Amino acid sequence: MSATAPLTLGHFHGGIHMPDHKAESTTQPVAAVKIPPQLILPLQQHIGAPAKAVVSAGEHVLKGQLIAAASGRVSAPIHAPTSGVISAIEDHLVPHSSGLSARCIIIDTDGRDEWAELPPPIDDFTSADNAVLIERIRESGIVGLGGATFPSSIKMEARNNSIDTLIINAAECEPYITCDDMLMREQADQIVSGIRIIQHILGAKRCLIGIEDNKPEAIKSMSAAVAAASLQHTDVVTVPTLYPSGGERQLTLLLTGKEVPSHGIPANIGIVCQNVGTVYAIADAVLKGRPLISRIVTITGEGVAQPQNVYSLIGTSAGELVSQAGGYTGKANQLICGGPMMGYSMPTDEVPVTKGVNCLLVASEQDCPPPEPATACIRCGKCAEACPAQLLPQQLYWHSRSRNFDKAQDYHLFDCIECGCCSHVCPSHIQLVHYYRFAKTQIWSKEKEKIKADHARQRHEARVARLERIAAERKARMRKKKAVLKSKKGGGDSAKKAVIAAAVKRAAAKKSAAMAATDSNQSATE
Amino acid sequence: MIIAIVTIAALATLFGLLLGYAAMRFHVEGDPIADQIDKLLPQTQCGQCGHPGCRPYANAIANGEDDINRCAPGGEATIIALADLLGRDPVPMDEGIDEKAPSVALIIEKECIGCTLCIQACPVDAILGAAKQMHTVIERECTGCELCLPPCPVECIVMIPIEEGIGNWIWPYPDNDHRDLSLSREAL
Repeated sequence: MSATAPLTLGHFHGGIHMPDHKAESTTQPVAAVKIPPQLILPLQQHIGAPAKAVVSAGEHVLKGQLIAAASGRVSAPIHAPTSGVISAIEDHLVPHSSGLSARCIIIDTDGRDEWAELPPPIDDFTSADNAVLIERIRESGIVGLGGATFPSSIKMEARNNSIDTLIINAAECEPYITCDDMLMREQADQIVSGIRIIQHILGAKRCLIGIEDNKPEAIKSMSAAVAAASLQHTDVVTVPTLYPSGGERQLTLLLTGKEVPSHGIPANIGIVCQNVGTVYAIADAVLKGRPLISRIVTITGEGVAQPQNVYSLIGTSAGELVSQAGGYTGKANQLICGGPMMGYSMPTDEVPVTKGVNCLLVASEQDCPPPEPATACIRCGKCAEACPAQLLPQQLYWHSRSRNFDKAQDYHLFDCIECGCCSHVCPSHIQLVHYYRFAKTQIWSKEKEKIKADHARQRHEARVARLERIAAERKARMRKKKAVLKSKKGGGDSAKKAVIAAAVKRAAAKKSAAMAATDSNQSATE
Repeated sequence: MIIAIVTIAALATLFGLLLGYAAMRFHVEGDPIADQIDKLLPQTQCGQCGHPGCRPYANAIANGEDDINRCAPGGEATIIALADLLGRDPVPMDEGIDEKAPSVALIIEKECIGCTLCIQACPVDAILGAAKQMHTVIERECTGCELCLPPCPVECIVMIPIEEGIGNWIWPYPDNDHRDLSLSREAL
């Protein structure tokens, strides 16, 4: 089995080519960041239910200590990234496209970086029980680090050995972002250990590592690590650079030729896809017992002095990281969380880095020119040519714009991966993806309202039924009581009458007896 | 002549029987139109429409006794949905009805005297408590109908508007004059 198999099996529709801007941030090795004075840890850093804080303000915590527990199956715990004192649990700005605040645990660090007692390493994972390994991944708070932040343990759960292929997503197709590239250059061995752990848990026979061909050094280092570990049926596959080849569905199609069904997940066709950063974190959790408390973040763009990648503690503010990278330059215009295609701009640099933040792009006006005013759609169809999900972006646009959400869903709105290719190619500069996001959140909110209304109807009906039942029961009781009273009353009357009648009878009898006696006496005396 | 009359009469009898049988065989319990209308109403049971709950209002609309523009919590979206269902033209909200932001009731527990009047008023059993014991609103179940406000003798119930958070945030409708996304100089 060769370590590299350069051929891909499929190709996806559309996609776009654009300058990748990756060289700027890959000139120096990943730097360690000094511990910032304060860490801000949002309770919601993953898809699912927010974690529940298990510490309170004033408490001293150690590095790696659990500070918020998972609340439910689809949720993830959060650990202290360094030692310090919890200064508050309060609302703070979080990285989110809304620019709103959410509940965060705030740690004033003490600089000692003292470790808590960690769970023991599981060195011999091949003989460990799957449940133990999955539980370790779960309790280490590991979520998809590619940006989706879905709790990783759920993807690992038993599917009756139906998984035959593990795909490692290392395509990193979005311009500017290089954190996965640097991770593969520097930590290929640990990534390979992570792959072995995941493959062992899933029972996947084959593993495909998909890397875009603009990362030759990462490809070389990963191929060498795979060869050194003499992994069976594991291939590093070079995929052509074409945005968005790193989309889960697009990469699956590229590597296997199989299409993930609409509304489905890769597991439906026997595939599990994990981001390369997640794989590294899983190896950390299993082999070292370390929870997810740091990640590599790319700090780049013309607005930052020394573009580079850093090992950032989760919760470090964006401003802190930018100052580590030499601070802002005069060209800084926008601070974008993520890349230029799918990222969102942040109102201030006080926003913390969370588990899902892979890049901070301090963009100049050249990096991200301000959007030109939108003009009318001319039905050119370029968006449909570029759409990697083979949708009809124009139709989605019309229906979302006119708030005709049912129709938008008929055109498979929820198969849109919001990659931004359609907006990028639109000659009328229409912010198409904004319309889709608007429509999606509207539909979700309507669905939630409907569930709430159904629930309220149920409760109201139950209440009305209960009140009716109680009223009926009371009526029945009253009727019964009345009947008893009546019968008692009626019975009493007749009894009394009988008694009286009997008394009258007795008296009459007595009288007649007395009369008879006097009569006989009289007759005797006569 | 007689043949024609007999034929027509026979056909009329036959179809009459057929219709009579169909009416019995395919009889629908309840009022399907009122059911469909009820499904579109927000089920707050607030009575702002002048009917004692959503179902009675749905019945009134179905019977043509009331207009479709009297549901305050539902707002414009409900009017449009009802107009769509009933094949009518949407009309603006009735003037006597004012739309409010969604909110939930909160009992100021220090002031509550435990009279149970609000518990009896709540249409969805969202208030918990007992006589001479403090009451509380189960926030998750509260529909924000405000029916508990008037009976409270000490006015210890207040309506709290539901805050916008990350969980219920809706992407704003895109406009052509783009938001200014640039960082202010002070922020840098």
